[in-house]
Amino acid sequence: MSYLKDKGFFLFILLLSPLFSLGQTDSTAFDAKSMVLGHIGDSYEWHIGSIGGGDLSVSLPVIVYSPHSGWHCFSSKKLREGQEYEGLRIAAGGDYAGKIVERQSDGSDVRPFDLSITKTVAGLLINSLLLILLVLGSSRWYKHRRADSPAPGGFVGLMEYLVSSLVDSLIKPCVGPNYRRFAPYLLTVFCFILLNNLMGLLPIFPGGANVTGNIAVAFVLALATFLAVNLFGSRAYWKEIFWPDVPSWLKVPLPLIPLIEFVGIFTKPFALMIRLFANMMAGHAAILSLTCVIFVTVEMGTAINSSMTFVSVLFNIFMNCLELLVAFLQAYVFTMLSAVFIGLSQEHHKPETSEQVEK
Amino acid sequence: MGLLQPESGLLFWMLLSFGIVFFLLARYGFPVILRALESRKSYIDASLLAAREAEEKLEHLRSDGQKLLESAEQQQREILREASELREQIIREARKKAESEGQRIIATAQEQASAERAAILDDARHQVAVLAIAVSEKLLREKLTDENSQTLLAERLLDEIERSSKS
Repeated sequence: MSYLKDKGFFLFILLLSPLFSLGQTDSTAFDAKSMVLGHIGDSYEWHIGSIGGGDLSVSLPVIVYSPHSGWHCFSSKKLREGQEYEGLRIAAGGDYAGKIVERQSDGSDVRPFDLSITKTVAGLLINSLLLILLVLGSSRWYKHRRADSPAPGGFVGLMEYLVSSLVDSLIKPCVGPNYRRFAPYLLTVFCFILLNNLMGLLPIFPGGANVTGNIAVAFVLALATFLAVNLFGSRAYWKEIFWPDVPSWLKVPLPLIPLIEFVGIFTKPFALMIRLFANMMAGHAAILSLTCVIFVTVEMGTAINSSMTFVSVLFNIFMNCLELLVAFLQAYVFTMLSAVFIGLSQEHHKPETSEQVEK
Repeated sequence: MGLLQPESGLLFWMLLSFGIVFFLLARYGFPVILRALESRKSYIDASLLAAREAEEKLEHLRSDGQKLLESAEQQQREILREASELREQIIREARKKAESEGQRIIATAQEQASAERAAILDDARHQVAVLAIAVSEKLLREKLTDENSQTLLAERLLDEIERSSKS
C-alpha cells in the first residue's frame, strides 16, 4: 500500500518542498494508481497522513454480520496491517480486495454482511448532520419572526437567497404549477449534493471523502428522483408511456414505442446517477493524479522533480477552482434534471389534433 | 470494476441518512423558509398596493381641497359682486327718493307760493277796489247814493280791467 493516501497530506507535503519526499524514495516505490484508487474508493479507516513513518488516521467502527458467527462490532484499529480479529480480516487481494472477509473452515473467504462505518459512510454521516444543522438552524431564525420583520443577513440570508433563487429560476419554471409540492425535495437534493461535493474538496479530515463520487450514493439520489417522478406521475404521463400519440402500427402488434418509453423511465435516473458519480469521481481522480506527479517524478532527479512540483501545484490550483465550479454545477444539473423529469410527469395531456387528422 | 459496484453497507447508510435528512429538511427546514419568503413577498406586495392607494387618496384629497378653494373664491367674488350691486342700488334708490322728495317739496312750495300770490293779488285787488271805491266815492258821492251798488259797479269794472290786462 502507498504511504500517502490523502490529498490533505499532499498539500502539506507541497509546502515542504520535494526534499521531504526525496528522503523516502528508497524505502517504497510510489504506486500512483493504487493511491488514486485507494482514495476514490472506500476504506475502513480515515487516513489523514503519514508522519514520522507512522500512519495518522481516524479509526472507524466495523459492524459486520456473519451468518456463522453473528454480529461483530469493533474498531477498525484491530484490523490494521492485515491483522485478523474475531476471524475477520481485510482481504489483501482476490475478489474482495480491501474488504472485510471471514475465513471459512475450508479455507475460502466469504464476505459477511458489512454495515461498517467506512470512510465514505463517515463522511456521509458528518455531512448529513452538518446539512441538517445548517438548514434547520436557518429555518429556526424564522420562528419568532413575522412577515414584516426585516430580511435576515449572514448565513440565513445566504440560505434564503439560495432557496429563493433556486425556486424562482429553476424549480418553478421546470416543475410547473405544482412546484410547491416538490420544492422541498429538490432543495434537499441540491443542498445535499452541494454540501457533499464541497466537503469532498476539503483536503483534511472532516472533508475529503469521495461521497457523491460513489455509485451507491448517486444511486440512492437517482432512486429518490425516480420515485418522485413515477409515484406522483399524472394519468397523462402514464398514458404517454403505454399508449403514446403515434401511428397505430408502432404500438399495436409490437409495442415498439411503449417499450422505448418504458425503458426511458429507467434510463433517465440512470443517466442522472452516472453523471453525478462520474463527474465527482473524475474530479477527485484528476486532482489526485496531478498531485501524484510530484511523487512519480521524484526518481528523475531534483531538477525535474522541482519543476514538475511547480507545474503540479499550478495545475492543482486550477483543478481545485474547476472542481469548485463542478461541485455547484453537478448539484445544479442534478436538481434541474430532476425538476424537469418531475415537471414532465406532472404535465396534463393537452388535447391534440393529431388523432383526428389520423382518422 | 469495484468502483461501479454499489456496496450494500453504503447503500444502507445512504438510504438511512438521506431518508432522515430528507424527512427533517422537507418537513421542518425548507417549507419554513419558503413560507417565510412567500409571506414576505405578499407583505411587500400588499404594502406597495397600500402605498399606491394612499398616494391616490392623497392626490384625491389635494384636488378636493383645490376644488373647495376655487369654489370659495368664486363665492367670495359672487358675494362681493352682489354687495356692490346692492350698494349701487341703494344709492340709486336713495338718490331717486331724494329727487322725488325735492320735487315734491318744490311743488308744494310752488303751490304755496302761487296760493300766497293769489291771496296777495286778491288782497291787493280788494285794496285797489276799496281804494278805487273810496276814490270814486269821493268822486261820485253825489252820483251814487247806495254804497253797495257802487262797490258792485266798481268790482265789475275792475274784473273787466283784469280780463283785458290778462288777454
